[in-house]
Amino acid sequence: MTQPYLAFLLLLAFVAFNAALLIGLSHLVAPRKPTVVKDAPYESGMPPLGNAHDRFSVKFYLVAMLFIVFDLETVFLIPWGAIYFGRGGQGGPGMGFLLVEMLVFMLILAVGYVYVWKRGALQWD
Amino acid sequence: MTFFLVSSIIKIIVVFTVIMVGVALLTLAERRICAWMQDRLGPNRVGPQGLFQPAADGLKNLLKEETLPAQADKVLFLLAPAMSFVPALLTFAVIPFATPLPTPWGDVDMVVANLPVGFLYILAFGSLGVYGIVLAGWASNNKYSLLGGLRASAQMISYEIAMGMSTVAVLLLAGNVTLSEVVARQAQSIWFVFPLSLAYFIFIVAAFAETNRLPFDLPEAEGELIAGYHTEYSAMKFSMFYIAEYSNMVTASALMTTLFFGGWDIPFTTWDNTPPWTVLKTVATLAAFCLKVSCFLFLYIWVRWTLPRFRYDQLMALGWKVMLPLALGYLTVIATALWILHAVLGWAYDTRFGLALFGLNVLLAIPLFFVLDRGHIVAGSMAGERA
Repeated sequence: MTQPYLAFLLLLAFVAFNAALLIGLSHLVAPRKPTVVKDAPYESGMPPLGNAHDRFSVKFYLVAMLFIVFDLETVFLIPWGAIYFGRGGQGGPGMGFLLVEMLVFMLILAVGYVYVWKRGALQWD
Repeated sequence: MTFFLVSSIIKIIVVFTVIMVGVALLTLAERRICAWMQDRLGPNRVGPQGLFQPAADGLKNLLKEETLPAQADKVLFLLAPAMSFVPALLTFAVIPFATPLPTPWGDVDMVVANLPVGFLYILAFGSLGVYGIVLAGWASNNKYSLLGGLRASAQMISYEIAMGMSTVAVLLLAGNVTLSEVVARQAQSIWFVFPLSLAYFIFIVAAFAETNRLPFDLPEAEGELIAGYHTEYSAMKFSMFYIAEYSNMVTASALMTTLFFGGWDIPFTTWDNTPPWTVLKTVATLAAFCLKVSCFLFLYIWVRWTLPRFRYDQLMALGWKVMLPLALGYLTVIATALWILHAVLGWAYDTRFGLALFGLNVLLAIPLFFVLDRGHIVAGSMAGERA
């Protein structure tokens, strides 16, 4: 049962090794003649103004928070989806019960979604 | 155990090489197809039909000078391409690409790692790629890079929800998250693209957004952001972002094939999906798989040179106000339809069941496409002037 994970670990090691190889090899082979202008951040040829790590729009944070909420809903639906039609008929709770369960879940989710929309959290401009 | 280790290592090396060569050829195909669509020649000088162009590009990228911006965060700047490259090449691991190959020592599954978690693994590793992009944007200490990185992360997480929801619909019919089981289920009856047409529609739109391809390539919209998150990257590190992007396309195409188009299944025959396994079956199913994946890759390129880019607010509105409720509503409808067909009418899942669901999808698609793209939810660029 753990065998496929061993194959996955081998692949992970192999790919990580290749990534390191590519970065390391080009570091060794490539020439490097830095100048002040060459190492300045690119701003369409103009002298850079200020620091790039400035404040940015709060909407990006909002999207990240909404993502966590809705992505967790997806995670909750996956185990339900796995038993609904596949194993629902063979013992355990029946399909009708599982359907009602999901509809209640969707209803709660829809209430939250409508609230978020009406509050303007999905409005970008 | 020794046999397992040896076969795994061989599979890993072969699959890795095939993906890398495939990505190289894909960059060439993109430029040649683009040239063909724009009625010009494209790169055709290096080797026959420009076939060695990717090799020349790779060599050039290896030997080029690397820039390292003075104000960049050095560690993260070096780490970001690797963090984008590694997950992109890992995601292919769970996709079954042919029937088992018989050898004198036993059958070899034609999948690198047949993980029981199946496409949960793909959802998880697919979203890890966003770290590389957002770190690249942050570490460069360049305003264009930062904006590109932020846009990319917001876009990828927004469409990931719709993507996850549309795969739940597949899960309903397959009843298992293991991708080999998903393929087996489709091989027995009908490809899931028919009973779940709208889920496929949601999935393909989300897949285009996830891979940052046109019409959703805002993270690197060259008119606004120079090159987006990889503005400050040059030589091999730029190349690694490129490889990551293209191998994400390959994985997304392979995933569409596996979830909706029967994976390695050859349609209209059960010869290919019943044991005993032979080498011929493996080769034939592998060819079928590659053909399907190539069709999707061509679609990617075709769409890129056909559609214009979205505006960022349109992109977010489409993701949150159209795709998400559509996916949720569709899941509800499909679950109800399954209950009616199976529990009320007593049908078992077979081709007839799939075709009944296909009919339902067609009925749903008509009002959907009538409402969508009529300026109701996603505002057009001239909406303000018209009102």
